[in-house]
Amino acid sequence: MIDFEKYLRIKKFPLIWCAGCGNGIVLKGMLGAIDRIGLDKNKITVVSGIGCSSRATGYVDFNTLHTTHGRAIAFATGVKFANPDLTVLVVTGDGDATAIGGNHFIHAARRNIDITVILYNNWIYGMTGGQVSPTTPHGMRATTAPFGNPEGSFDISRLAIAAGASFVARGSVTSPVKLSQYIEKGIRKKGFALIEAFTPCPTAFGRQNKMGKALDNLEWIKERTIDVKKADALSPEELEDKLVTGILVDVEKSEYTDLYAKLVESVRDIPVDLHIPEREVVPASIAVAGGEEL
Amino acid sequence: MSFRCEMRLSGEGGQGLVLAGKILAEAAAIYQGINATQSQSYGPEARGGASRSEIILSDEDIDFPKAVRLDLLLALTQEACDRYVCDLKPTGVLLVDSDAVKRVPEGPFKTYRAPVIRGARETIGREIVANIVAIGIITRIAEVIEEESVREAILTRVPKGTEEVNLKAFELGLSMADRLIAEEAGKPGAN
Amino acid sequence: MSTVSNTNAGPAKGAVRVMTGNEACAEAAIAAGCRFYGGYPITPSSEIAEILSKLLPRVGGKFIQMEDEIGAMGAVIGASLAGAKALTATSGPGFSLKQENIGYACMAEVPCVIVNVMRGGPSTGLPTLPSQSDVMQARWGTHGDHPIIALCPRGVRETYDLTVRSFNLAETYRTPVILLLDEIIGHVNEKVFLPDRIRVVERVKPGADVTEYLPYQDTDTDVPPMASFGEGHRFHVTGLVHDETGFPTNNPEKIEHVLRRLNRKIDRYADRIIRVEEDRDENARVGVVAYGSTARSASYAVRLAREEGIPVSILSLLTIWPFPEEPIREMANRVSDIVVPEMNLGQLAHEVEWAACGKARVHKVNRIDGEPIHPQYVLDAIRAAARGK
Repeated sequence: MIDFEKYLRIKKFPLIWCAGCGNGIVLKGMLGAIDRIGLDKNKITVVSGIGCSSRATGYVDFNTLHTTHGRAIAFATGVKFANPDLTVLVVTGDGDATAIGGNHFIHAARRNIDITVILYNNWIYGMTGGQVSPTTPHGMRATTAPFGNPEGSFDISRLAIAAGASFVARGSVTSPVKLSQYIEKGIRKKGFALIEAFTPCPTAFGRQNKMGKALDNLEWIKERTIDVKKADALSPEELEDKLVTGILVDVEKSEYTDLYAKLVESVRDIPVDLHIPEREVVPASIAVAGGEEL
Repeated sequence: MSFRCEMRLSGEGGQGLVLAGKILAEAAAIYQGINATQSQSYGPEARGGASRSEIILSDEDIDFPKAVRLDLLLALTQEACDRYVCDLKPTGVLLVDSDAVKRVPEGPFKTYRAPVIRGARETIGREIVANIVAIGIITRIAEVIEEESVREAILTRVPKGTEEVNLKAFELGLSMADRLIAEEAGKPGAN
Repeated sequence: MSTVSNTNAGPAKGAVRVMTGNEACAEAAIAAGCRFYGGYPITPSSEIAEILSKLLPRVGGKFIQMEDEIGAMGAVIGASLAGAKALTATSGPGFSLKQENIGYACMAEVPCVIVNVMRGGPSTGLPTLPSQSDVMQARWGTHGDHPIIALCPRGVRETYDLTVRSFNLAETYRTPVILLLDEIIGHVNEKVFLPDRIRVVERVKPGADVTEYLPYQDTDTDVPPMASFGEGHRFHVTGLVHDETGFPTNNPEKIEHVLRRLNRKIDRYADRIIRVEEDRDENARVGVVAYGSTARSASYAVRLAREEGIPVSILSLLTIWPFPEEPIREMANRVSDIVVPEMNLGQLAHEVEWAACGKARVHKVNRIDGEPIHPQYVLDAIRAAARGK
């Protein structure tokens, strides 16, 4: 039995998430994965953007960084690159990661930097009251798509695969054990890993789309998802409205911080034409007290 | 009054004028211990054809790093010559490429015409070193920077493996200048 | 013309260089201990990135070209939180994009240095030509009441010194620092003697007891100690208004408290942060206030004016934010007219006018056509002011 409390900032409870929200299940899956791997809490940094899921960083007892909207992966890139010894996880949502943060998302995947992105996909902007997101299915309603979404939607996992991620898995809170296993595999993978987690938002997404009860929203997820093993047997037509779950990509490829470390090694002996003055180190405590003229 | 010498190297983008300016500035600053700045103007102008590189030399701190009144103007194109000749001091020196600049402006300044680009192409076999030929001429006619300083600066600034061809270009420039000076001295009225 | 040689007996050859402002900035960053660069290429700042992409891996540092300017600023903040001294460089359009996360760095008190090699604007503007039109953007580009430090060097050697100082101020006050170059300073090759010795500040770390750590603790200095991720403190960082613990708060008292401290931590040290250089003539009735490369044109003009017998004082601003209100007020008490040349339409002149408080008339000399302000423009303004026009 996992002692989840040791990973939580219980003082910060209750959670802001609504009744019927699936975010807690995804978060639990992440903590379970961390526990099974046996990571040192001090060496984990969790980075998030803006949105309901991104509030997760406030509740977990790691190094936590709650950033600006869409930028979590960019901040995480800085953290990981500056200190590759840290395990860096990103908690983000469909809007955060693929609308305003879409550029950082695809480029981190291309770079294949060792960051694990846990993307809570609830097909809506939940925190701000239910506006349309890049994953809101065509025709479904949102406060900014009152007559049904006129646009098409992203398949986030395929986006990550195309961009070069070395591990991509899609799970759902309707299968929490598998979801947690995917997260564990993603963290263990040296490289960019995406775990896309389907999670219900009965409050903002469900109510606008005739599934205001959590169970209805969960049922809708179940109907739309199909395991990758079963999907293989179906035709493209049969799969048209389905979202395939399971491990979609798991490959070994060179990871960015490793490649950079090799680069550093290879140029170490090239002489540098650089004037390096003698450095007198002044502690900021003295500088701030005015003890040193800067 | 303190010493301040302003030179502008002008022509087209791709003629190596920025590098030439850096070499002259470095020759003066590093090997001769005087103050020097070099700046350039590029961008829309470079696309339009004109490129300029400016060198300011002084025995004092150089406050304004751009040219005000030119002591020397090198023009490798007609357009550059027409555009910048108005910035030349009456006592200044105009050096033009004799093939590229057919209409040489009249003025109180001293004018030298030399086949800079053709010399690089025909004598050295590399048109790309025209900038170094120009530096050779300037070194001799301006008499501000010592030859040896310029040689040192060329050796540190040009790409590895091209030192020899660049030094040959420099020598060509010096000898072109000697001819120009001799012609000038031979003119009626010269003393 | 005659040959001039060896009039300047400077230090040994090794420290003498002919280099550009952008080169000096990159080398000074390394000297100051910068070990992380996250950027996006943009003219006329790209040489800083190019040089650091070569140098950083050789000194054990990290260089990354991010996918965009916003991401670059985010990566810099992330790296600083992981313990690195971090830098980014940009120009006007990129500076606009970075504002979101510059605000984050102010709010979350993350030390970092942002270099802006100013070019003409607005929008894509004049990519290769100089301007000083981001002075107000440096101060107020990001939303909300926030403190900022911005430095403005006049030449290549000063760029070296002020780059080192930017890192020192960032680490001392746990704040982003903006270094404003302009295209002239960024690209001019100048003879410089690089310093043999520099002072480098390291950030204040919390004590050994990780359980007691409050990342935004009230301290006598108003600057809280800063832990790095991975050292055992497991603290929370957010751009939301937070209390001492780092967690968001909506408590009006706590909001007021942290925002007041945030601004106070720069305001109260303004005297130490502000650096100006005055070349004063006690008989002057005309003063000049200038900064950046324009201060060079102004100095030249002041020299010409003095040769004509017009007594003039010149105040060069090396710090422009916090604004050097006191030195300008003092100047206004001594002179009747202040000339403010700028490669913009008078962004700082308004501040000078405010600081002069009616004690001296302020005359703007502005140029926005991508050309430097010629000394003659400033001289004309000095002459006119001296004639009482």
